[in-house]
Amino acid sequence: MKRPLAPTKDHWLVRWTLTLIALGFIGLFLVLPLAVVFHDALGDGLDAALAAIREPEALAAVRLTILAAAIAVPLNAVFGVAASWAIAKFDFRGKGFLVTLIDLPFSVSPVVSGLVYVLVFGLQGWLGPWLAEHDIKVIFALPGIVLATIFVTFPFVARELIPLMTDQGRDEEEAAVSLGANGWATFRRVTLPNIKWGLLYGVLLCNARAMGEFGAVSVVSGHIRGLTETMPLHIEALYNDYQYSAAFAVASVLALLALVTLILKSLLEWRFADEISAAHHH
Amino acid sequence: MASLAATLPSTRRSWRNPSALPGFGLSLGFTLFYLTAIVLVPLIALVIRPWEIGWSGFYEVLTDARVLHALKLSFGGAAVAALINSVFGLLVAWVLVRYRFPGKRIVDAVVDLPFALPTAVAGIALSALYAPRGWLGAPLMEMGIRVAYTPFGVILALTFIGLPFVVRTLQPVMLELGKDSEEAAATLGASRFQTLRRVVLPALTPALLTGTAMAFARAVGEYGSVIFIAGNLPGISEIAPLLIIIKLNENNYAAATAIGVIMLAASFVLLLGLNMLQAWSARR
Repeated sequence: MKRPLAPTKDHWLVRWTLTLIALGFIGLFLVLPLAVVFHDALGDGLDAALAAIREPEALAAVRLTILAAAIAVPLNAVFGVAASWAIAKFDFRGKGFLVTLIDLPFSVSPVVSGLVYVLVFGLQGWLGPWLAEHDIKVIFALPGIVLATIFVTFPFVARELIPLMTDQGRDEEEAAVSLGANGWATFRRVTLPNIKWGLLYGVLLCNARAMGEFGAVSVVSGHIRGLTETMPLHIEALYNDYQYSAAFAVASVLALLALVTLILKSLLEWRFADEISAAHHH
Repeated sequence: MASLAATLPSTRRSWRNPSALPGFGLSLGFTLFYLTAIVLVPLIALVIRPWEIGWSGFYEVLTDARVLHALKLSFGGAAVAALINSVFGLLVAWVLVRYRFPGKRIVDAVVDLPFALPTAVAGIALSALYAPRGWLGAPLMEMGIRVAYTPFGVILALTFIGLPFVVRTLQPVMLELGKDSEEAAATLGASRFQTLRRVVLPALTPALLTGTAMAFARAVGEYGSVIFIAGNLPGISEIAPLLIIIKLNENNYAAATAIGVIMLAASFVLLLGLNMLQAWSARR
């Protein structure tokens, strides 16, 4: 006699079909583009690929990318900790609205994120004439690139920490304070150990986006080779110059960064599921 | 919050509840300062800029055929991509939550690739893949389908970047859903299909809508992954964010900011809608 099907299980044919469609979709849409990057990077051979990465302009782009991220990510991390301390540990009016405002940069187009800084600091912007008088360059220079990077990665750390710290409540901190610890010691000895993996998770995602940002930085960069080109902009320049293999060689460096980010992110999710934001328990 | 404040033995109603913890002024003060300086002031600079050309100038920019087409492509393409993602995202999330197969953890991690891969890298990769002589472009050309340098290419890139939003929003809800209600439905005599359609799908609807709306919001403003595969032919495959950059390079600030304001307004509306969706799904 045939065993009746468990009522909550799909028929094996359904299971197989759906799994194959899902795997096919992910393979075709996500994995294949990644494979193309590495394949085409080696189009002119490994030596040519390595040479393209060692070009002075490519190295300048790498340095600028790291520099911009090294300024933007810590600033947004400090902001994220401060914002989630205020939001998670205290009750005040307008909290929901504040959280919405913090989330806002996520839904703004990267190009618009760059555009707004041109309107403040550009030659035709609010502060443009004053900046030009004092010979300060913001747009088409490092400060503009950093500002645009900060804008697009603004919510990353805060968004990880707010739900996490809200979940954790304030009992432990209140105990520490009532035992005589001052605010800074309470944060460093009680809060920070509780949120360190969540903070690291947020910083990881923030950094990946900061180093890969293209649209916003493209608007404020001015595309001066060797000076204001980040790695994504350098890739675009090479690609538009028909130097495909070189473009993919530099792109493969960023693709490797993305892979490392994904691996670290997955490790954090598996190892410290309870200590990072509640949204990632799977 | 207000009702809680009212129950506290305080002589005056305050905008915040008293707390034993220090650092409120410092942390909230820094938060507000940083938010204002980095996000709010620049956004205000954008919102008030187009009014220098007046309503009529604003209207003129936005009814220009090229601008109108770019906006239609960005919004329409994002809508189609979000729809595709709602179907395949639901399927992928279901398979990842409910079925077992070898390598599942790796597949689960790969879903986040569009979040992690820089958009410019995704852009040139998709372009190479679907170019007329690319791995997928060549066979598609033989079938008479041209993807690169057409609106199809735009939709394809927007689908690529939107998938994780739907999957990641659905997964926790599916996990929490459990099998109790399905068992109950089956016990009461529902067929598997009836159970899925009448019990499971309604429970997933808020999350599915939220994820789809997030994918749409991201796709509307997307730039990097699109411009390489789109070919950017004005009136055919030119998206609105690119047109902003083109107008800026032409020193046509009025046009650039007018398009920017429309896109920003769309972001606001979408964010508002998403908040309402999340409030709705939290109530369910």
